[in-house]
Amino acid sequence: MEKAQPRTLFDKVWDAHVVERLPDGTCVLYIDRHLVHEVTSPQAFEGLRMAGRRVRRPDATIAVADHNIATSDRRAGIKEEDSRIQVETLERNVAEFGVPYFPVLDPRQGIVHIIGPEQGISLPGFTIVCGDSHTSTHGALGALAFGIGTSEVEHVLATQTLLQRPAKNLLARVEGALPPGCTAKDIVLAIIAEIGTAGGTGYVIEYAGSTIRALDMAGRMTVCNMSIEAGARAGMIAPDATTFDYVRGKPFAPKGEALERAIEYWSTLPSDPGAQYDRVVEIDATRLVPMVTWGTSPEAGLPITGVVPDPAGEPDEAKRVQLARMLDYMGLTAGQKLTDLAVDVVFIGSCTNGRIEDIRAAADIARGRHVAPGVRALVVPGSGIVKQQAEAEGLDRVLIEAGFEWREAGCSMCLGMNPDKLTPGQRCASTSNRNFEGRQGPRGRTHLLSPAMAAAAAVTGHLADVRTLV
Amino acid sequence: MDKFTTLTGIAAPLPLANVDTDKIIPARFLKTIKRSGLGVHLFDTLRFDAEGRERPEFVLNQEPYRKAEILIAHENFGCGSSREHAPWALLDFGIRCVIAPDFADIFNNNCYKNGILPVRLPRAVCDQLMEDARLGGNARVTVDLARQVVVRPNGEEIGFEIDAFRKHSLLNGLDDIGQTLQHAPQIDGYEARQRQEKSWMPAIAVV
Repeated sequence: MEKAQPRTLFDKVWDAHVVERLPDGTCVLYIDRHLVHEVTSPQAFEGLRMAGRRVRRPDATIAVADHNIATSDRRAGIKEEDSRIQVETLERNVAEFGVPYFPVLDPRQGIVHIIGPEQGISLPGFTIVCGDSHTSTHGALGALAFGIGTSEVEHVLATQTLLQRPAKNLLARVEGALPPGCTAKDIVLAIIAEIGTAGGTGYVIEYAGSTIRALDMAGRMTVCNMSIEAGARAGMIAPDATTFDYVRGKPFAPKGEALERAIEYWSTLPSDPGAQYDRVVEIDATRLVPMVTWGTSPEAGLPITGVVPDPAGEPDEAKRVQLARMLDYMGLTAGQKLTDLAVDVVFIGSCTNGRIEDIRAAADIARGRHVAPGVRALVVPGSGIVKQQAEAEGLDRVLIEAGFEWREAGCSMCLGMNPDKLTPGQRCASTSNRNFEGRQGPRGRTHLLSPAMAAAAAVTGHLADVRTLV
Repeated sequence: MDKFTTLTGIAAPLPLANVDTDKIIPARFLKTIKRSGLGVHLFDTLRFDAEGRERPEFVLNQEPYRKAEILIAHENFGCGSSREHAPWALLDFGIRCVIAPDFADIFNNNCYKNGILPVRLPRAVCDQLMEDARLGGNARVTVDLARQVVVRPNGEEIGFEIDAFRKHSLLNGLDDIGQTLQHAPQIDGYEARQRQEKSWMPAIAVV
């Protein structure tokens, strides 16, 4: 008998979910978990209602409000009318269609990509979708997780499947011990700077190598989260003992003998020796320096020791024009040292860096120091559970004493759909994932970096090399 | 979804790479529970200044491009978020076709669900079409999906690729859900097998 072709992690999860392969190669792909939030679902539920359809698998679906809600005291309800209508619409829809929901005042509420893994709703080997591009986060568990549009949200609600074509495989192999001051965020910013914001288009990225294996689940989620900033719809990491230890005891994860059977299956998922990748990228982690972005694309990242690039050095005219536009928008001059850039706002949070480990890293820098005069620094936990945990560890006190704002869970200033936004011209050191023009508020200026680097910017008042503070 | 067969119209040149979905429609305009009415916010920050006045230098604020039905851009169009509000805003403005060297994956999918045709053509061809588009109202571009060609104002035809399934859906204005539900027995069968083989898989119920 011919030996089966070696397969990648992606191939295995994909193959296990193909319901049917259509003649042109498009597949009907089964979806194990569907996460729903208030911004990209109203039109999907409306579509079901108009067609007289029901939600096929409410028991595989979870809803939560995260994008729109205020991160100040929420007991009084939402002040902004349009935001309130979206959240109320979600509440009406989940009641009408019988979809499980974590209410705004429930401690399990939080950013959809934080609570999926935290509750054990997202599990290894699953297909997971959500109407949000950072669904790639859940790939850290060894799941195939990707963002979808609202029409696809409706499609999954109605059929529990999607029509998809298989992606290509990209292996990002990261080897070596992370130098002091470097984190998962620095790894992924370095990968995006290397392959570019469209470098992963059409691929699923599998992150592997000794550096990735050594990361905890929070770090793995940070890396997978930003796959989409490299153009890849999904990022994946092979499940291992770190993964299984993380899953064990999570509220919605299997327990006891069922968990052991699940682990037996999940242990078959890592890529086979000899599996073929369409593209391989190698990163030497030992050479990393803490990263920061200077421009309006996530690929515009540099080591903190660098200077603002000079558009004059760019041979391609279209690129030169775009570089100049970035510098103009960001209020930068070519050759300026990155550590000379004064910040107005620091934002620590988001689905990229809103987990307890991220808050610990920020608190470690904040401890015994104070936010620089004139700087506003916000810490927004990724979920109510993260907030409770941080408070149990006294991290809220450390941060508040250091002059940080300690807020309720939500997406917050990552995209400025709630009252947390930049005013025009403000410069922000942010642990979020996108530095697009206007992302954190009209004409706001975003520099992406790790939680420790963000805390360093807060206490020094400018972008700073965290290695000088530890 | 409206059918897409043949479109002849004004093409607007947008010589930018990495046009992200925040640029197509900023997040503050996503607080809607409808699909319609987003055209007024299309490219909001490029189109309007801080006081809400039109920026005359932006292509869609110029004649004849206010009536553009085709947009021509550079690499990685539609990168960023999964917001379907981006194609909804394009459609509401009147744009049914975007031509670029490549598209971000989620945006690309979202276009097909809304009867918008994303056409991938090499950069050099896009630049050529961009020059045609700069000729304005006298230079109409035709996109013929059945024959898979873009026709330049000088009559030259340029072929493009598209998946057979997507082409069929666009040409006939077919709803994906309706097509998938024809496979309902196979989905039932998959679920039955999954219940057996992955009996460890928990159900979600919030209490």
